[in-house]
Amino acid sequence: MALQQWFDRAAQQSELKGGRVIAGAPKVLGLSVTRQEWRQSAEDVAAGNGRLLALWASRDGNGDNIVRAAFIADPGVLLLSLPLTAEEADYPGIEHWFPAANRMQRAVADLSGVPTTDPDVRPWLRHAAWPESFHPLVDPHTPPSSAIPVVDHYAFVTVEGDGVHEIPVGPVHAGVIEPGHFRFSVVGEKVLKLEEHLGYVHKGIERRFAELPLLSGHRLAARVSGDSAVAYSWAYCQAIEGMVAARLPARASWLRALALELERLANHLGDLGAIGNDAGLAFGLAQFARLKEDLLRATEQALGQRYLMDLIVPGGTRADVSSANALSLVESVESIAAEVGILRTIYDEHAGLRDRFVGTGAVQPALAARLGLTGLAGRASGQAFDLRCDLPCDPYGDLAPKMIVRTEGDVAARVAVRFDEAAESTRLMQRILRQLPNGLHHVELPIPTEGAFSIGMIEGWRGPVFLALEAGGSGMIRRCHPHDPSWQNWPVIEHAIIDNIVPDFPLINKSFNLSYSGHDL
Amino acid sequence: MLKTLRQICRTGIITEPRPPSNDTLRVTDALQSRILEVLGRALCIRAVDAGSCNGCELEIHALSNPLYNIEGLGIRFVASPRHADLLLVTGPVSRNMEVALRRTYDATPEPKLVVAIGDCGCTGGIFGESYASRGRVSNVIPVDVAVPGCPPSPRQILSGILTAISKPISEISLLRRSV
Repeated sequence: MALQQWFDRAAQQSELKGGRVIAGAPKVLGLSVTRQEWRQSAEDVAAGNGRLLALWASRDGNGDNIVRAAFIADPGVLLLSLPLTAEEADYPGIEHWFPAANRMQRAVADLSGVPTTDPDVRPWLRHAAWPESFHPLVDPHTPPSSAIPVVDHYAFVTVEGDGVHEIPVGPVHAGVIEPGHFRFSVVGEKVLKLEEHLGYVHKGIERRFAELPLLSGHRLAARVSGDSAVAYSWAYCQAIEGMVAARLPARASWLRALALELERLANHLGDLGAIGNDAGLAFGLAQFARLKEDLLRATEQALGQRYLMDLIVPGGTRADVSSANALSLVESVESIAAEVGILRTIYDEHAGLRDRFVGTGAVQPALAARLGLTGLAGRASGQAFDLRCDLPCDPYGDLAPKMIVRTEGDVAARVAVRFDEAAESTRLMQRILRQLPNGLHHVELPIPTEGAFSIGMIEGWRGPVFLALEAGGSGMIRRCHPHDPSWQNWPVIEHAIIDNIVPDFPLINKSFNLSYSGHDL
Repeated sequence: MLKTLRQICRTGIITEPRPPSNDTLRVTDALQSRILEVLGRALCIRAVDAGSCNGCELEIHALSNPLYNIEGLGIRFVASPRHADLLLVTGPVSRNMEVALRRTYDATPEPKLVVAIGDCGCTGGIFGESYASRGRVSNVIPVDVAVPGCPPSPRQILSGILTAISKPISEISLLRRSV
């Protein structure tokens, strides 16, 4: 059965095991499948150049497990659900077609206690802090923890041979960054293999969601990954608004787009400085850091917060922008953009930077497609995919953002994509701030009914943020699964570093700048 | 190169003037002598993310930008806890980071100070305590100063660091037992 047929079948099926599908975004179709169909559909989606958005597990009202996967392909988003009976101990793995599924499946085994048939059964998010028999998303009682924390021993793949040695790095890193462990196998300074071990900042976000009311989960969503607060809180609110079929006033969605583009620009400015610094150009860090600070102060003046952790709420936005503030924000953004233009010329003409950037950490488009590289890093490796363009939610259909794509796939390409996207975000914000529709910025929403199931998808600065939400009784969340694009992109760094030298790793890593917290949950 | 130099000249020195009040000036000046008095040298900070959402890290980064210019105050971030006088810890402390945080604390030479950053570092914040989270930083290592905020602004973080340094020397235990 070809890809289109799965979408056709899904269009005819209105019920999805475990809840009614009410999509927050257009072109989302749900389908319940059998074990055989689960694997066949993955194969067909892969053959049709579709992408795996997320894979997670949930439970229906009877306590039976359901494994779910979200794919995005040319016709739209396909949500597959595989209901498992109590007798079925596992489900078919899809790692063969979607290598990124490996870690998602292992996380499902750790948190929901549902293993796959795929061979890699090492724990992923579970270290030594809780026993293997405890599955936090399904077991109601938490086992008592030992007073003295146990040291974790992860089974790294070892590389043997003359002169091969290992360099363990982390979890506490040398800079002001998030924790994670990198195990390098090197000969001299050349990297033969890198293996990542993540999960250090796993703080029980998914279980915490199930303790919160539906109408306040956006606060936790905004804190899944602090640098993508707008993307996550918008995705969460999109899911809630899908459940109650709310139509937002135009001003609310335009303000959300403003916030999302401010977040994109702020992160791109920070990264451009940090990447320059990792290549030895402290001037770049100082310049971009001051521009980022200017932007954060302008954001605070207009919207009340430097980082917009609490701006987006179900039904709209918490704050509005006055016309005077809109005017001064657009002036700030334009003056920052002019400075970025000057710095771009300096970066482009700097022989030392070009030497470090060009060809470093390259991911060719074919490899990027095979591994499912997504978001900003994907677009630097020829993966022309941006939710704002491909499946635009309001107001991106009106704004019509330009998709930025490069094909070189190296650090230089990821820098160039950031420069181009910063310029494009500036253009979008100029339009938003000058043509902001009048009207309300917030409407009250009813509480979604029990059993409602919906998703949200927002193109954050790093890539597509996906979130699946299931409503429980008494206005509570039954299940919320937030998914960061870093799940897809972390494994690709293991490939990007091969045959590069160890000292280039910080530069390569920073050029991706993936989330630990968003991944570790 | 010319363009780079022109940009540097055009930008000028943008580090913000110290606050206008004399009192504040005096405290800041006193701070540097205080750092020297307590530690005998500039203050070295080791930042540890023990489970944060990364929001606080963004504001800690901002301290190094030319406007706050924390290095101009004689404070700098170092790569190893063995070089540090003060640990700047963001939370909540995940159980998976508990061992690493304790080891980092133990590796920091005495006398040492700990400043917990953010609502999560102060109380566990929205994540609280759970099977995966130990909550506030002081549940795992002794904390001298806790700076609330989600995330706290660079000025608030700086103020927390200064408060920790301004503690009477008798209160900085030389032989503190780890919890």
